[in-house]
Amino acid sequence: MKIRFGKLVSRLGPLLGLLILSALLAALSPDFLTVSNLMNILNQVSLNGLVAVGMTFVILTGGIDLSVGSILALTAALLAAMLKAGIPDFLAIPATILLGLALGMASGVAISIFRLQPFIVTMAFMTIYRGATFVFTQGRPITGLGNRRIFAALGRGELGGVPWSGLVFLAGIGITAFVLARTVYGKYVYAVGGNPEAARLSGLAVRKITASVYAVSGIFAALAGIVLTSRLDSAQPLAGNGYELDAIAAVVLGGTSLSGGKGFMLGTLIGAFIIGVLNNGLNLLEVSSFYQQIVKGGVILLAVLLDRRK
Amino acid sequence: MNLEMRGIHKSFGTIPVLKNMNLEVREGEIHALVGENGAGKSTLMRILGGVISKDAGEILVDGRPIEISKVRDAERAGISIIHQELSVLPNMTVAENIFLGMEPRTRLGLVDSKAMRRAAAETLGRLGLGLEPRVRAGDLGVGQLQLVEIAKALIRKARLIVMDEPTSALSERETKRLFEVMRALKAEGVSFVYISHRLEELFAICDRLTVLRDGEYVGSASIRELSLERVVAMMVGREIGDRFPVKTNRPGGVVLEVRDLGRGRDFKGISFSLRRGEILGVAGLMGAGRTELVRALFGAEPAERGNILLDGQEVRIRSPQEAMALGLALVTEERKVDGLFLPFGVDFNIGSASFPSLATLGVLSPGKLEAFAGKAAEALRVKTPSLASPAASLSGGNQQKVVLARWLAREPRVLVLDEPTRGVDVGAKREIYEIIDRLAARGVAVLMVSSELPEIIGMSDRVLVMRNGKNAGLLESGFTQEQIMSLATGV
Repeated sequence: MKIRFGKLVSRLGPLLGLLILSALLAALSPDFLTVSNLMNILNQVSLNGLVAVGMTFVILTGGIDLSVGSILALTAALLAAMLKAGIPDFLAIPATILLGLALGMASGVAISIFRLQPFIVTMAFMTIYRGATFVFTQGRPITGLGNRRIFAALGRGELGGVPWSGLVFLAGIGITAFVLARTVYGKYVYAVGGNPEAARLSGLAVRKITASVYAVSGIFAALAGIVLTSRLDSAQPLAGNGYELDAIAAVVLGGTSLSGGKGFMLGTLIGAFIIGVLNNGLNLLEVSSFYQQIVKGGVILLAVLLDRRK
Repeated sequence: MNLEMRGIHKSFGTIPVLKNMNLEVREGEIHALVGENGAGKSTLMRILGGVISKDAGEILVDGRPIEISKVRDAERAGISIIHQELSVLPNMTVAENIFLGMEPRTRLGLVDSKAMRRAAAETLGRLGLGLEPRVRAGDLGVGQLQLVEIAKALIRKARLIVMDEPTSALSERETKRLFEVMRALKAEGVSFVYISHRLEELFAICDRLTVLRDGEYVGSASIRELSLERVVAMMVGREIGDRFPVKTNRPGGVVLEVRDLGRGRDFKGISFSLRRGEILGVAGLMGAGRTELVRALFGAEPAERGNILLDGQEVRIRSPQEAMALGLALVTEERKVDGLFLPFGVDFNIGSASFPSLATLGVLSPGKLEAFAGKAAEALRVKTPSLASPAASLSGGNQQKVVLARWLAREPRVLVLDEPTRGVDVGAKREIYEIIDRLAARGVAVLMVSSELPEIIGMSDRVLVMRNGKNAGLLESGFTQEQIMSLATGV
């Protein structure tokens, strides 16, 4: 029973933190608990949230992916170029997602085949992809993307008052939570993170699984890139800069262990919301963005400290 | 030193783990501390070492009560603990390891490497280990590291050294060497607390012993007054008839044939056949290439030369997946390192090699894993609070059963076991032997690597002895410890 209780606490801890934070902000600002503000938060959270979903897979295997922000920018630029060239969005969007998969896979293959450190490999690809984005865009935003329905809806549209971007994010969480909890692939991700050698001797294709999580991460970075491009109606060469850190923070705040093998997708949902609610609340309270960073860093430290006690 | 621990109590939460425990170690004595896993040996030693605090009771050194509330207190009292998992830093030199945390300084406050090396060499010499103190610790074998740990204790002026399973990874020769060192130190007045699952060893090296059972003090006696059977009976609280079950298996036709197998310098020219329902023991010293051979058979580190035939058909085994597809299974030597997913549930650990068979289109059906793991756990009588309990929370014997359950659930044709009862207590050992015998009786071909000769002799139908990576002999029947040892050592 004791173990069960501990597990419950470790799962509910982040949620409790989110509720306390929300209650605090609701008490401090009358604007916080309004439908329009909550939808606004969902919209804001979806970008970082999508990146964090992919990051969760990587971190569960004990890896890290620093290249997500650059993948986001490069896929966004290529999407914008395709749309500008007149390629319809129902073709351009899947192509963009495939591109994200390929870009992520490149890190994954380098890490698993050559047994390199994920930190270094993805840092290298972060730089390479950012450079490629600058080369491709010549350092200028790509605008004039035309009027495409699906594309426009993803970043700017709503369904019954709920932003489409938020729905994409929540669907992403739902699907991946199912994959992690209930599929063979999900179990393998945990196994590789929990003990790679035991996994290999259990007959698992550890290298393929390792490579695949970076592909998953690339897919979600590309999804975030699509949403952001739609929201700004343009592709920016500096888009997604620093997103990897917010995504890692969301995953860790959600209770997933950086050493791998331990964590849940619903934790990442909560972690992303903690960051989103914090940003939103501090904005509502008119706290300067300089101080906001300090508060955010403090919250991350606090969360890690609380997590350690369990 | 004379050490007395009296009336020690310790509870974790509401669960008492030590109840009125006593231990008396005399000066210049090697004192065995024995009990099954979970009996409280390590808890008692952690209290002595200052890692955890006791709830009640007293500790006396040379008749004077002392307070040990942190590791420094124990060190200052002259107590040193050498854990089973050695605490050597592989990238530092032997001298640096020995002096870690108490490096001699020059007048400028820098580390006095010369003095350090000189003192290290002197202490190592005292242990009969003519080792260059500048060697990287990671380049040494386990036997040498064990002695480095003792040197470390001596530099800290230890007068009582606790050794937790020191020989579990040592060869026969290294064990002899360790015992010689211990006897020499004993003559100088150093006392030892000696913990080992290898009961035969206690009779070779110890003077007296104390037995614990379920956290309670059972008794102490001079080792000369006891028999092996009596010690086992004290440990388990009942008489165990035989340590090994009566064999019921009947070897049949050849299943697996290995011809001239080799890989690098690990092993070469290994040939043998394995029959249906046979238990083939693989004996040899540490480093003889036994583990490397069986891991190659399973494709963990594939062989480079030679042939493997299954039912007379040549097969290639280049990965664990290929081995598993052919009906092979491997229970590795170090279950905590490459066997178990320690933080994960028992169900996950049992299912880890069978997930695809429990799924439809990659989706696991709810309850199927529980049913699968539950059945496998029950068949081997795994004792666990629940199937979701982390493997790390089980005793050594039950952990080993979990790994066995993982592979037995796949119904292998050839089961490869590497040290199947290492770190497992007496009661569970007997259970594991029964499981192995039952499997063989059902027709499974078993290849069993073991460093415990009684185990090899008690369980095997035939014995393959390896020396320096080569086949030193294949014994058909009526083999003895002496015969195996002489083949293994080449003398």
